[in-house]
Amino acid sequence: MSKELELLSSKVTAGTMTRREFMSRAAALGVTAAVASSMLARPAQATPIAGGTFKMGIQGGESTNSQDPASWASDVPIAGGFCWGEPLIELVHDGSLKGLVAESWEGSDDATVWRFKIRPGVMFSNGQEVTSEDVMQTMARHSNEDSKSGALGIVQGIESMRTDGDVFEVTLGVGNADLPYLMADYHLIIQPNGGFDDPTAAIGTGAYVLESDEPGVRMVFQRRSDYWGGDQTEVAHYDTVEVIVLNDATARVAALQSGQVDSINRVEPKIAKLLARAPTIEVLSTKGRGHYVFIAHVDTAPFDSLELRLALKYALNRQEMVDKILQGYGSVGNDIPINAAYPLYDETIPQREFDLEKAREHYAKSGHDGSPIVLRTADGAFPGAVDAAALFQQSAQAAGIPLEIKREPNDGYWSEVWNVQPFCASYWGGRPVQDQMYTTAYLSTADWNDTRWKRPAFDDMLLEARAEIDEVKRKEIYSNMGRMLNEEGGVIVPMFNDFVDALSTNINGWEANPNGPQMYWQTVKYTWKA
Amino acid sequence: MHPVLTLVAQRISLGVLLLLAASALIFGLTEVLPGDAAQAILGQAATAENLANLRAEMGLDRPAYTRYFEWLGGIVTGDMGNALTNKLPIAEQVSRRMGATLFLAFWAAIISVPLAILLGLIAVRYQNRWPDKLISGITLASISLPEFMIAYILVFVFAVQLAWAPSFASVSPGMPLLAQLHAISLPVAVLTLVVLAHMMRMTRAAILNVMQSAYIETAELKGLRTFEVIRKHAFPNAIAPIVNVVMINLAYLVVGVVVVEVVFAYPGMGQYLVDAVVKRDVPVVLACGVIFSAVYIILNIVADVVSILANPRLRHPK
Amino acid sequence: MLKNIPLSAAIGLIITATYFLAAIFASWIAPYGMAEAVGDVWEPSSAAHWLGTDQIGRDLLTRMIYGGQTTILIATLATILSFVTGSVLGFIAAVSGGWIDQLMSRLVDLFMSIPSLILALVILSSIEATVVTLVVIMGLLDSTRVYRLARAVAVDITVMDYVEAARLRGEKLQWIIFREILPNALSPLVAEMGLRFIFMVLFISTLSFLGIGVQPPLADWGGIVKENKEGINFGIGAALYPAVAIATLAISVNLIADWILTRTTSLKGGRG
Repeated sequence: MSKELELLSSKVTAGTMTRREFMSRAAALGVTAAVASSMLARPAQATPIAGGTFKMGIQGGESTNSQDPASWASDVPIAGGFCWGEPLIELVHDGSLKGLVAESWEGSDDATVWRFKIRPGVMFSNGQEVTSEDVMQTMARHSNEDSKSGALGIVQGIESMRTDGDVFEVTLGVGNADLPYLMADYHLIIQPNGGFDDPTAAIGTGAYVLESDEPGVRMVFQRRSDYWGGDQTEVAHYDTVEVIVLNDATARVAALQSGQVDSINRVEPKIAKLLARAPTIEVLSTKGRGHYVFIAHVDTAPFDSLELRLALKYALNRQEMVDKILQGYGSVGNDIPINAAYPLYDETIPQREFDLEKAREHYAKSGHDGSPIVLRTADGAFPGAVDAAALFQQSAQAAGIPLEIKREPNDGYWSEVWNVQPFCASYWGGRPVQDQMYTTAYLSTADWNDTRWKRPAFDDMLLEARAEIDEVKRKEIYSNMGRMLNEEGGVIVPMFNDFVDALSTNINGWEANPNGPQMYWQTVKYTWKA
Repeated sequence: MHPVLTLVAQRISLGVLLLLAASALIFGLTEVLPGDAAQAILGQAATAENLANLRAEMGLDRPAYTRYFEWLGGIVTGDMGNALTNKLPIAEQVSRRMGATLFLAFWAAIISVPLAILLGLIAVRYQNRWPDKLISGITLASISLPEFMIAYILVFVFAVQLAWAPSFASVSPGMPLLAQLHAISLPVAVLTLVVLAHMMRMTRAAILNVMQSAYIETAELKGLRTFEVIRKHAFPNAIAPIVNVVMINLAYLVVGVVVVEVVFAYPGMGQYLVDAVVKRDVPVVLACGVIFSAVYIILNIVADVVSILANPRLRHPK
Repeated sequence: MLKNIPLSAAIGLIITATYFLAAIFASWIAPYGMAEAVGDVWEPSSAAHWLGTDQIGRDLLTRMIYGGQTTILIATLATILSFVTGSVLGFIAAVSGGWIDQLMSRLVDLFMSIPSLILALVILSSIEATVVTLVVIMGLLDSTRVYRLARAVAVDITVMDYVEAARLRGEKLQWIIFREILPNALSPLVAEMGLRFIFMVLFISTLSFLGIGVQPPLADWGGIVKENKEGINFGIGAALYPAVAIATLAISVNLIADWILTRTTSLKGGRG
């Protein structure tokens, strides 16, 4: 595109030229009207502007938060972590991977040995250059026997590690074709000497450096001048980033409405459409892999009866859930933890329909004695969990199933109810690849096998697929696994939830990223304020 | 020694004992709560292995009494210890958050207590006439709305619609006082509305009760103006119940404002305590709990002493 | 006596009676089933749904009627329990004095000094929340507040000459409490009772807020406000109606309390 045209369009944006004037000048330059108007319609394509302060109002921060990446489990510390630190690899919005601390990587044919070449000239904010040793120590700290890291499950398949000049090499016990995806996990932010010296120092390779930190209140970051990724006109455009803890949904919305913050996460689906009417606010919904579940232990009566499980699955009105609990910001589930947002998903697995007749049939076949079937739930199990349970109860009762709801306190739900009681509501944030999702919760030996799904045949397929390099074969294995779980599993998946964020309209450069809210926390890197 | 002084000394020493009992009780309660800090931190990410690791690291694998006496030993020497969850020193966090809480409570009290008493006096003066009914109606309406409802309504009107005040109270140490007051104007307004009615109604009821006494009639017969009678004769004799209710509300302003803190994202003690309870961060729960207990106990002593000083018959026991 | 009833008290009585009657006959007058999802989310009011629908499409009027039942039942019982326990113990402490007073007062101090949030969390996560346990826990926790007030009022009265006289006559503790103290302490207590009733209504909603209140699909008014609170900033009525219901109930209960207050004071042969 000609320089002149760009200049003209910037004049329109700046308000020194009218739209009509621009169109006629563009036509004079030989540009079609369609192209010219598309230039104007997408100011987001304009050159990023460096500077300014970006304020995020984020749900999910507590006064007990720490800067140690191993301890992160909620949104605020993760949002802050992606300001000051970076893992080896970034998950790009289109599903591909991009090197951060790792410049490139390659795996052996059986996917057991992986070599990551460390990018030269990447500096920690303390002025040290990143070495392959730092990377190895980071992985060592998370996979350590004494580790309490949330990434322990990811890195425990590592058999040995070594460094070779600027290369970090990992050898796995069992081949895993998805290892680079796992290396993008937010816990695995590279720290000097792996963070062994001071895990909470908040020293990393990110574009911003932590200036002040009040746990549960706010974090303030300043742009580093020595960021390896480039200067402020290229990437990480803001001078200052503030992460403000706003746990209350209404307070978060009010802060955005009154212009006190530029961006918020977790807009309640209930009010998303109402909020979108505001002229200065844009509501952005991102299809993700997170899903809400009702989980039954397949080894505990009465849920050990396949017929009863099927009765419950047919008695669930999934579309009603999506309409009422998610207000359409999501999609129906199919009793497997996988959806189209995953690579290698098989679209041909038949969708389970809401069918009271079938539910009644299966319930009769199960021979259940008619005693109440207790579904435990809590407001914190997932947003709208109590309401969803109430809807489930209604439709189940219509099929003659004596479903009863018991609301548990939020406090203690994850230690006392989830993975303990035989039937309860829960959620999964989703994982970047199918293998990781299944390994986390559906492998016989998984710690979080919250449906007690223990099938040797399923385990065998999972391990076979993991080391399979041929994508066609791999997809087929995953498809068979999905069909098996859909028919026999203890997991009932009513819906996959979208990430719903809201942004002030003067923030440009948004690209939805299915891995998480706020462009998977890269709004601080790729958006700018106009 | 003057009997009142003896009483004060007695109450203070009792208060220290009470504080000790309260800390033991709070510790006991945290032990009864299901789950522990290790489970709470790992949450859905808990595995048998990392749970055990984390418990050992935090010292949670030792018996309860050892942990309690260790904590007690620390407190006596002025060391509150570090939080289990983020390893930050508790004393530093507590002093910052207590400062924030007291700042908010102070301004809410400065406005609400005199206003409540004044409105109470006016209500008595114009008993059963329209000013009385208006005051009663408004204060009752404000008290009967849930706190978050009042907060949301004020935010909607004054922050979102009119943009007069910020929707969340962001106060940082370097801010000038006026800017800080502007920042906390909405939370102060909410708290004032919440505690006003209770104190105002008690003032009104207590004074009306005293107004029936013979000496008031005497005073009226002397020809004093109604307001004078209320101020000089009725009010001092009605002080005991008023002080009690004021005390309960002041304590509330310090320990009970967690909802307001959440809505306005205000970094006070309530939020700190709730987070600590949720994460089973026992040293923090104990520190906050003991401070709250101390606030109650001190305010109680003040209320009792004021009641005694105000009533001559109690001041000079027969 | 009803002839002289002032207008404000009459209004209070009518509204309170309406709410109580609606609560008692809830299952007859509610247009739909309590948990039935009958419409779309947050529908505006219409002929089919007078108050519109709630956050998952249940009829709001129905929810309000059943919610009123829960709220009024629990709040009334808990207030009565709190007042009987608190004031009787407070009077006993004031009249007895000495170590009984000290022991009881310090015990109450101990319980009041522990943030009620921790107490409620612990108690309700170890026992199941039913209407009975909720009433007992709320009533007893709240009775500590009533105790302090009752004792403070009674201490002032016990030093009055007529109480001294009764003591000298050799009257029993019971006689002193019910014949001398109670009538003279009634006004501040009645005034307080109206307020404590509202605090009970709010207390249930706080417990619902913590997820330890009444079990769904049952709801109390405070709970309905909370369920629909996101709508406030967008003018959705679902959050406002239950709040208005709480406020009108509170005001009418207190209008009655005020009326009783003036009646009791005039009964004492004051200046009428």
